[in-house]
Amino acid sequence: MNYDNIISRVARDIPPSGIRKFFDILSDMDDAISLGVGEPDYQTPWHIRETGIWSLTKGFTKYTSNSGLMELRREICRYQRRRFGLDYDWEHETLVTVGGSEAIDLTIRTLCNPGDEVIIHEPSFVCYKPIAQLAGAVPVVIDTKAENNFRITADELRAAITPRTKLLVLSYPNNPTGAIMERADLEALAEVLRGTDICVVSDEIYAELTYNGKTHVSIASVDGMRERTVVVGGFSKAYSMTGWRMGYALAPAEIISQMTKIHQYAIMCAPTTSQYAGIEALREGDIDIERMRDDYEGRRRVIISGFRELGLECFEAEGAFYCFPCIKSTGLSSEEFAERLLLSEKVAAVPGGAFGKSGEGFLRCCYAASMQDIEEALERIGRFLKTL
Amino acid sequence: MQSILKLLKNDGRLDARRLAVILGTTEDDVAAKIKQLEKDHIIIGYTALIDWEKTSEEMVTALIEVQVTPQRGEGFEGIAERIYQFDEVESLYLMSGGYDFAVTIVGKSMKDVAQFVATKLSTVDGVRGTATHFILKKYKESGVLFDVQELKQEPSYQL
Repeated sequence: MNYDNIISRVARDIPPSGIRKFFDILSDMDDAISLGVGEPDYQTPWHIRETGIWSLTKGFTKYTSNSGLMELRREICRYQRRRFGLDYDWEHETLVTVGGSEAIDLTIRTLCNPGDEVIIHEPSFVCYKPIAQLAGAVPVVIDTKAENNFRITADELRAAITPRTKLLVLSYPNNPTGAIMERADLEALAEVLRGTDICVVSDEIYAELTYNGKTHVSIASVDGMRERTVVVGGFSKAYSMTGWRMGYALAPAEIISQMTKIHQYAIMCAPTTSQYAGIEALREGDIDIERMRDDYEGRRRVIISGFRELGLECFEAEGAFYCFPCIKSTGLSSEEFAERLLLSEKVAAVPGGAFGKSGEGFLRCCYAASMQDIEEALERIGRFLKTL
Repeated sequence: MQSILKLLKNDGRLDARRLAVILGTTEDDVAAKIKQLEKDHIIIGYTALIDWEKTSEEMVTALIEVQVTPQRGEGFEGIAERIYQFDEVESLYLMSGGYDFAVTIVGKSMKDVAQFVATKLSTVDGVRGTATHFILKKYKESGVLFDVQELKQEPSYQL
């Protein structure tokens, strides 16, 4: 068979994620330190795991309703209200999904006709562009800038809008930069969007992880934005539950009901065990979030000040668990830098170029690693810089 | 906001310089605060957690329930003082419930511990009875797990 003719063009043309080879090298190394992964280094808190086990012993192993367990949806809405001041109806405006990623996929597929334009800011998580392309939509990239702290400005948004713009993907706190958007930044974007039919999908998977005393603001809480916004939340980062695959979407009933249709045919429902664990997380897990967040805050200060002491510019990342030092002063491309660093000093980090062309010249370093590893990694990076 | 105390509780080796970076403050500030905490006996000492099982040191630990008759004028304090001054006593707590003091004793052998209980502890004025429980295996101490064999999930890397 000639598979070239068999595979769909759209699938074939999607590039594979660019960093696989680093991790292949890494897995063969002893005493390597990875600042490369994009997940918490904590175990899911025991009371949450234990609730998952309890649900299994009770035999709760059937499908749930397509939208997710009622009790879980109620808890999601209570949580969003107490933490971020968002008001959603659990019955008609809430959908439990398989991770935040499914919610993003559903949103784009629900809103976009072929040829519609989806505005994506980069550097950003790598899934938005391929998902838009799979839906037949056209990605339009805004390159955010280090001098703007990697935030989108109203002018940049205005310049990217055309009569075909359907959707803006907002991804803050941001992977890979660690940037956040504050209320004033969001107000400025809202000013551009009000009075248009442009929708927003706001990927708030890192909403719980903000620092320097700042708290996350959802664009859905800004005047005139709720009606056009799909808020994507999840359990992966807040409760260290990446493998449970639990996320959700909050949006007006007209959008959620359409998303639920696609979810119903493609997925059925999120894993039942994970949904029970999710109820426990939302009810009893606020303290876990604070504990992990406090730990990350300390590590964040250590890694950012460490890079600055090594002479690398490193902007004040105030969210997620990434910092994004600039390595342009070394004259190396981000991929060369990452590869040579890994081979010579056994420290893995992800080249910024993997997150879009505006990420070139930067390195994504995840500080969801132990303090010892972070300090050791900084020492090794310091040694590496001296050899350049 | 993390406190100096919580950070030191997790890692007593953190020095003022590293604490200052973690807390986003100055080294002098941290050093002054630690000095004050030590002066106020809020920080009462620094120690290492050791898995003695892995050493050649012969050692047994026992948890002893002690029932006492509180003494006129001094309640439990006088008896506590007479107990905690023995070098063999590693910890001493006043308890609610079925007995009064929980004492942990460290000795070289079970015989050693039994000897201590019989000749030293039981004979303290006011002690009415003891029940000795030997510790067979330690899993977790001060929030830290001993070296338990764990199955690890196979590694995977996602962006």
